[in-house]
Amino acid sequence: MDADTLALTGVVMAMMRAATPLIFAALGEVMTEKAGVLNLGVEGMMLMGAVAAFTAAVTTGSPVLGLVAAMLAGMLMALLFAFLTQTLMANQVATGLALTIFGVGLSAFVGRDMVGQTVEPLAAIQLGALSRIPVVGPLLFGHDPLVYVSLALAAAVWWFLRRSRSGLVVRAVGENPQAAHAIGYPVRLIRYAAILFGGAMSGLGGAYLSLVYTPMWIEGMTAGRGWIALALVVFASWRAERVLLGAYLFGGITIAQLHLQSSGGLAVPSQILTMLPYLATILVLVLISRDETRIRLNAPASLGKLFHPEG
Amino acid sequence: MAFKLEARGASSRRWVYGAPVLAVLLTLVFGGILFALLGFEPLAALYTFFISPLNSAYGVAELLVKAAPLALCAVGLALGFRGNVWNIGAEGQLTMGAVTGGGVALALGDSGAGWWVLPLVMMAGMAGGMLWGMIPAWLKTRFHASEILVSLMLTYVADLFLSMMVHGPWRDPDGYGFPQSPMFGDAATLPILWAGTRLHLGVLLALLAVAVGWFVIARTFIGFQIKVMGLTPVAGGYAGFSHKRIIWMSFLLSGALAGLAGVCEVAGPIGQLQPVISPGYGFTAIIVAFLGRLHPVGILLASLLMALSYLGGEAVQISMRLPLAVTGVFQGMLLFFLLACDVLIRYRLRWLSSVREAG
Repeated sequence: MDADTLALTGVVMAMMRAATPLIFAALGEVMTEKAGVLNLGVEGMMLMGAVAAFTAAVTTGSPVLGLVAAMLAGMLMALLFAFLTQTLMANQVATGLALTIFGVGLSAFVGRDMVGQTVEPLAAIQLGALSRIPVVGPLLFGHDPLVYVSLALAAAVWWFLRRSRSGLVVRAVGENPQAAHAIGYPVRLIRYAAILFGGAMSGLGGAYLSLVYTPMWIEGMTAGRGWIALALVVFASWRAERVLLGAYLFGGITIAQLHLQSSGGLAVPSQILTMLPYLATILVLVLISRDETRIRLNAPASLGKLFHPEG
Repeated sequence: MAFKLEARGASSRRWVYGAPVLAVLLTLVFGGILFALLGFEPLAALYTFFISPLNSAYGVAELLVKAAPLALCAVGLALGFRGNVWNIGAEGQLTMGAVTGGGVALALGDSGAGWWVLPLVMMAGMAGGMLWGMIPAWLKTRFHASEILVSLMLTYVADLFLSMMVHGPWRDPDGYGFPQSPMFGDAATLPILWAGTRLHLGVLLALLAVAVGWFVIARTFIGFQIKVMGLTPVAGGYAGFSHKRIIWMSFLLSGALAGLAGVCEVAGPIGQLQPVISPGYGFTAIIVAFLGRLHPVGILLASLLMALSYLGGEAVQISMRLPLAVTGVFQGMLLFFLLACDVLIRYRLRWLSSVREAG
């Protein structure tokens, strides 16, 4: 295998790693939004997931327990959101913002003793001979387990929403909660479940950052990835399979700008390159939102609206 | 403990004002519990957080210095929130105001010494914030792109832009390599109003902005349009009010005010450009706007309380060795309690066990 192929394989693998936290968070939000709930607290839930995962992994020495802790932390945050928006009928936009502000502060607070600690990162799985096949080996079999989990999850969410009966109910709740309620579906309970799933997945996305991507805890380490995940959901027209496409696109941009920065070949300040993922998010939003009909046809009809069983 | 929410016939005015008070009380109680869990005497800790910062004249002045940017940003945001326009990128508009205003101040250097320098710097700051606010407004009205996500993404871009300028062209050649600009000339610096403290002219500008904000909301046609569009977009549509116009007005005004907040920070307490100029004022202003009931007078009070949460965070950091992030925890907690208490405006709590016994 020559050096170029080796380098390219490395780039593709790095791209997949950069995309994985976005895949988790965006898939969770797809489920939440399909049930008609807009949760802008993804960034806060991811940060809590990241700090919980890291703390649990450092104290117990088990990265798997770290993942469990991250999902629980994300779900606790999501529960707070669900209680406020579903039970107490609070405005979803305001509550989501509150969740992010709270998560940024709380994660920095509980993680204060974790700064500077190190953790054994979640190792890539090794399948012996299979992983040693040139190019295909590492690309197919050389990732850490969570990359495979994220792919399986995309397939599962796609199947659930598109092919399963329960998924149909979730979509019905998101399209027309009044009708779903009239037929006898427990609208609020289903929304609670969808919000909790979103929280668990955001937590997992955060855990990927602190256990695999940059195995350490840094305050505010998500750096806007929660918001990029929210934009990805729009970009993906609320479809799981397109979330993958969008996330890998963003992973590609992230890795490309990192490579340009480290190679130093371009006479551009590093800050301009660091801006690229954020600017790309705006560009993508503009391109996809330009067609208003398309958004209206794809977005869950009751997205962000309050639902009270008695009107 | 199951309960049911019963819709009230009309919003309860009592709870519109009662909810913030109740939320503050709940935050104090839970803050005390949090301090107790961390092993501190709760009342003493709450005293350190909320009272001790105001024990000196300097502390009181600091409160006003920190409240000013919060009030400036929040008044603008409240205008938009009333019309369901969600500018959450005030932090970025604040940063860009500091960049453009600071850029003018640096360009004039020591050469400009006329009375016109300071107004020019202020105007440049407002223009910068306004321009940064125009981007999400344009992308929203022209391409329907979510103003929430665009304005937030632009905050990261603005921070990076500021970082690029102070690491590059604007770096002080005599600054020992620190990423910061030279200090602004005296003519471009806001005068101190209270000797011995950092209380500067920007605090009066913030008060003025609150007054103007009140006027726009209560006494102008655009303020009325924004309110109608926020309450019942359908009625606004029938009345011929333009949604696009409201988005533009909201972003132009809130961008300009956030920009003014930014330029006042760098021309006031900071005195130069540096990589970080705001401890999240633009985000905290969102809480200020809600806590102040989207009303300028309420915002004035709420900005003082939130400014106190910054001072309290610094106080417990020094005397109790707690991280500065305590401020964020308190702020987030307060907003949650507020959103929860707001349910009482529109609904009545009815405990289910008593209903069952009665039925």
